[in-house]
Amino acid sequence: MVSCSSQKDSPRSLTMSGHVGFESLPDQLVNRSIQQGFCFNILCVGETGIGKSTLIDTLFNTNFEGHESSHFYPHVRLKAQTYELQESNVRLKLTIVNTVGFGDQINKEESYQPIVDYIDAQFEAYLQEELKIKRSLFNYHDSRVHVCLYFISPTGHSLKTLDLLTMKSLDSKVNIIPVIAKADAISKTELQKFKIKLMSELVSNGVQIYHFPTDDETIAKINASMNGHLPFAVVGSMDEVKVGNKMVKARQYPWGIVQVENENHCDFVKLREMLICTNMEDLRDQTHTRHYELYRRHKLEEMGFMDVGPENQPLSLQETYEAKRHEFYGERQRKEEEMKQLFVQRVKEKEAILKEAERELQAKFEHLKRVHQEEKLRLEEKRRLLEEEIMAFSKKKATSEIYQNQTFMTPGSNLRKDKDRKNEVCLDEAQLLKKHISSPRLQSEVLSTDA
Amino acid sequence: MDPLRQSPSPSSSRASSPRTFSCERLGYVGIEAVLDQLKIKAMKMGFEFNIMVVGQSGLGKSTMVNTLFKSKIWKSTMPGLRVPMPQTLQLHSVTHVIEENGVKLKLTVTDTPGFGDQINNDKCWDPILGYINEQYERYLQEEILITRQRHIPDTRVHCCVYFVPPTGHCLRPLDLEFLQRLCRAVNVVPVIARADSLTIEEREAFRHRIQDDLKTHSIEVYPQKSFDEDINDKILNSKIRERIPFAVVGADREHMVNGRCVLGRKTKWGIIEVENMAHCEFPLLRDLLIRSHLQDLKDITHNVHYENYRIIRLKESHALPRGPGWVNLAPTPSPTPTGTRASPGPGKVCRWAEDDSDEDF
Repeated sequence: MVSCSSQKDSPRSLTMSGHVGFESLPDQLVNRSIQQGFCFNILCVGETGIGKSTLIDTLFNTNFEGHESSHFYPHVRLKAQTYELQESNVRLKLTIVNTVGFGDQINKEESYQPIVDYIDAQFEAYLQEELKIKRSLFNYHDSRVHVCLYFISPTGHSLKTLDLLTMKSLDSKVNIIPVIAKADAISKTELQKFKIKLMSELVSNGVQIYHFPTDDETIAKINASMNGHLPFAVVGSMDEVKVGNKMVKARQYPWGIVQVENENHCDFVKLREMLICTNMEDLRDQTHTRHYELYRRHKLEEMGFMDVGPENQPLSLQETYEAKRHEFYGERQRKEEEMKQLFVQRVKEKEAILKEAERELQAKFEHLKRVHQEEKLRLEEKRRLLEEEIMAFSKKKATSEIYQNQTFMTPGSNLRKDKDRKNEVCLDEAQLLKKHISSPRLQSEVLSTDA
Repeated sequence: MDPLRQSPSPSSSRASSPRTFSCERLGYVGIEAVLDQLKIKAMKMGFEFNIMVVGQSGLGKSTMVNTLFKSKIWKSTMPGLRVPMPQTLQLHSVTHVIEENGVKLKLTVTDTPGFGDQINNDKCWDPILGYINEQYERYLQEEILITRQRHIPDTRVHCCVYFVPPTGHCLRPLDLEFLQRLCRAVNVVPVIARADSLTIEEREAFRHRIQDDLKTHSIEVYPQKSFDEDINDKILNSKIRERIPFAVVGADREHMVNGRCVLGRKTKWGIIEVENMAHCEFPLLRDLLIRSHLQDLKDITHNVHYENYRIIRLKESHALPRGPGWVNLAPTPSPTPTGTRASPGPGKVCRWAEDDSDEDF
């Protein structure tokens, strides 16, 4: 017999008498992560020309490939590009997803659906990989969107309806960080009011944006203060301008120079700090443990799986699957039966039709036959008549011959007439005899009759 | 450096598949701060480690565990006290939380008293395999729930330390059988127990013979050669593989030697210092298990052994039609699997589940 006993109560703490050495565990973890590399996916949502690509370039200090996109796309598309960045010994696989054509259409009803579809598709791909039998999750290229930077136009008034709608549909799927783009178009006081207005609008509409986590003491304070600065007003630029005696990234106007990395001018540094230096790991964590799990749960429930059965007994995936399978097969049986019935019925109908046609054909045939018979009888009748006439004629002919012979023997006044007649008859006879001339046997006869 | 990987193209036709660029970084961005973030997160969550010690009674398993973690995990069982010899193989787990410099470690040690002690030791590895599989099963069940926990408690055995009795000859049939079966399911680190009964030369000879035996029977102990990822790993692990199995001595009493207080065993002919590399190889074992390869042990357990178990479990139900999107599970098999379980080796490729095409209309 096998017995296994283990302490079920909470584990007690032990004090060690010396140095064991597992304080290197975080370093071991870090080493493994360095070896594997990191993955980070940013989705930029905003109207065309609002400065998404420029901001990303500025954030990562690299000129990613970028050309201005056209304003005339009929639909919103998402374009994803992956880059490999390296800083000291950390390798980052960065994927930037841009919405192309967002907000350009005249009818913007379909604008946010492609974005939602894209995010769902990434979750779906991960779920599929996770559900595979033979899977390789540890070197799977994670394409799930970790953060969505939502670019708000610097109108100074309030959120546009499109923005509100889009953010509302995205907030349960991805971490949203709203940013005010092209912030150099707003003055400081207007900016403050704008920010307050935006935040209150978001709150009143129930949009869940990403708040920086404040549960860990080391970063709680800075995160809390940053939370108060949301949404960040950013300016992006890769052009360098000489200020003082250094070259800084800035935008040069006739009335002054807006420096990107100057905290008085814009919140760019705050954004970079929060997005990359402090909370990248938390963003990835939230995506995996909250948004992805939500998607997974919905998807599996949609497929009909449940954890708890009707009597609150835990159901295994397999039982549910079996039940569904039976249901499915039952359904299939029923459908098969139905189709069979239909088939039989159709066959019967067809048979009936064909029989009908056959009968008609038969009737026609009979009719034609009858007609033919009648015709035949008539023709027979005619033939008989004709034959009778021929016989009568030949009799007449014979009698006329006899009569002719007789008239030749007796002279008469009608000789001339008879002669003519005889000539005629002789002519006929001559023609007839001509046919017989060849036969010598008849010649004597001819001579005798002629004489 | 794993090769650049293309993202799987999403099902929506609107997003194009990404291209990869290699960019040189100029100036400061701050990506490496993510390492600190990782560290903070890890320290907050704490670590877990599950170790199992297997060996005949009297080989010093409990003492070794106490020495490894420098604390009284167990009361060392000493013969002579009226503790009856367990008639059957029992598995005994104990969990402690230890902390060092802010790093919290939840340590679970599983002991196997009674292993190899009976007259007929046939299938004495079954309960152990059963226990290991039970932990995998528990994790799998948690993983496939609809509403999962944020952090699934990890009770899987990360490392199994197998104590080889110091006969000085070679591995016994029981050792071979056990090692063969267990190496496919869990990371096994064999050690020569009570090495103070062998001289240095005897130790070396014994070690070589054991290595030959392992090679002949193609038993892959940790660190497995097939999991070396790059050249650095290979070099590092080859050095370790040369010294496997370590000849260790365990002690939890302290003695004074040359004015220092050391852990050791006191005998009439001298004091064997546990932490002295000249006396025994305990520091190597400790470094391997704790200081350098702990995370690696956990990773291999999670990525290889657990995945292999999962594949077998998911393929076990032949009645259900299979497809790429479905999770198929047979009812839980009985906890003691027979010894002839066909578990694929870590390096072998498992066949894909075939799609039952009985659904053609």
